Amino acid sequence: MNISSKNSDTFSSDSGLRASDSQKIVIIKYNAGNIRSVNNALLRLGYEAEITADPALIQQADKVIFPGVGEASTTMAYLRKTGLNKVIVNLKQPVLGICLGMQLMCSHSEEGHVDCLNIFDEKVRKFQLPESNMENIKIPHMGWNQITDVKTPLFDASLEGEYVYFVHSYYVALGEDTAATTNYILPYSSALQKDNFYATQFHPEKSGSVGERILANFLRL
Amino acid sequence: MLAKRIIPCLDIKNGQTVKGVKFVEIKEVGDPVELGALYAEQGADELVFLDITASHEGRKTFVDLVKRIARNINIPFTVGGGISELGDADALLNAGADKISVNSSAVRNPQLINELAQNFGSQFVVAAIDAKHQQGDDWVVTVNGGRIPTDKRLFSWARECEERGAGEILFTSMDHDGVKQGFANKALAKLSDSLNIPIIASGGAGKMEHFKDVFTIGKADAGLAASIFHFKEIGIRELKKYLNNEQIPIRL
Repeated sequence: MNISSKNSDTFSSDSGLRASDSQKIVIIKYNAGNIRSVNNALLRLGYEAEITADPALIQQADKVIFPGVGEASTTMAYLRKTGLNKVIVNLKQPVLGICLGMQLMCSHSEEGHVDCLNIFDEKVRKFQLPESNMENIKIPHMGWNQITDVKTPLFDASLEGEYVYFVHSYYVALGEDTAATTNYILPYSSALQKDNFYATQFHPEKSGSVGERILANFLRL
Repeated sequence: MLAKRIIPCLDIKNGQTVKGVKFVEIKEVGDPVELGALYAEQGADELVFLDITASHEGRKTFVDLVKRIARNINIPFTVGGGISELGDADALLNAGADKISVNSSAVRNPQLINELAQNFGSQFVVAAIDAKHQQGDDWVVTVNGGRIPTDKRLFSWARECEERGAGEILFTSMDHDGVKQGFANKALAKLSDSLNIPIIASGGAGKMEHFKDVFTIGKADAGLAASIFHFKEIGIRELKKYLNNEQIPIRL
């Protein structure tokens, strides 16, 4: 079968973004799962990031990404033990929390009933299945769902209604920091923003070209 | 609204994509990374890569392949085949896999599912079940590519997988696989009704209507297929357009 004649190891992204600036991007290294995925997504966009837990490097970066796949209470315990909790809340440059990263930026999580970083004054709650689950709704919320009521600057207007990839069992309700809304069991915050802190419940690094556009918007801040 | 997922499955042997009919007659169909990237661009929602190489050297080749996939593909992907202990899963996680699937090894050692879920989270663990229809509601779970029947039954084993911490069930009907006459919708609907985790349907796709049926009658969360995509019998773009027209929630 002649599927493709290309034999290169790198496929260009269709976001139109290329390595054109020399900003310093740091991905916070901690006991979480998807750090490599985020780094791979940045590489596809033409950016090289440093993966580090060094407070000085994190503080000096132009952009900080706080990814996460894992469990809230054990991850918070790790952040406290290493002092990364204080480093993160005091950052002044644009910070992007992803998935568990976003949940940890809230005030409290029901997952392990733990107090979190309190950047966003929101509680993280567990999804509850509706009583008569006629539509066979599943937990976790896993797969592609739409973002609506998107707010700039992380989301440009062209991203309204686009699909992004989610995997989560806990959610943040709608509130004053909501930057995007998604409907699953109920409408909830699929993105948050307050001052220099940005966060997405979904995984932009796994959300195809739409996710790449969102990451590119963050890197342009 | 949460979209139904279309998942092309790539069987990998010695670093190449292959597709057999009923797991026996194997044909080569191309480079997995190129093919995966092409499918992602065409609108695939996820990809599954199954390593059907048995040898130890083949395993190492596969881990290297997973690294290349992770670097080049911007949608989630699951890898499976030959994962029998935590170390295998850890190597694939570190190579960049979003999920792993376990099949025969979980049937032989069900505790593996608990260990994987506890160490990496349920979202990382797909329980793949190959089953053969007996009569009525009776489906026997098979291992080694459908060749060996076990003492487990589909519905009770699927429930056990969920209880042990699997995040998704990937059910392949060995009666429907490669036959292209539609998915095992009745069994799929029963699975979906009785479990709280997503069900990926596999085996039987031959026409676009089969996907509509698997999402409506079969109540599946995702539809998986291989040969119809590899041999370009159905394009992913046209399939998703068709499903959208048929009022199935889909990501275009």
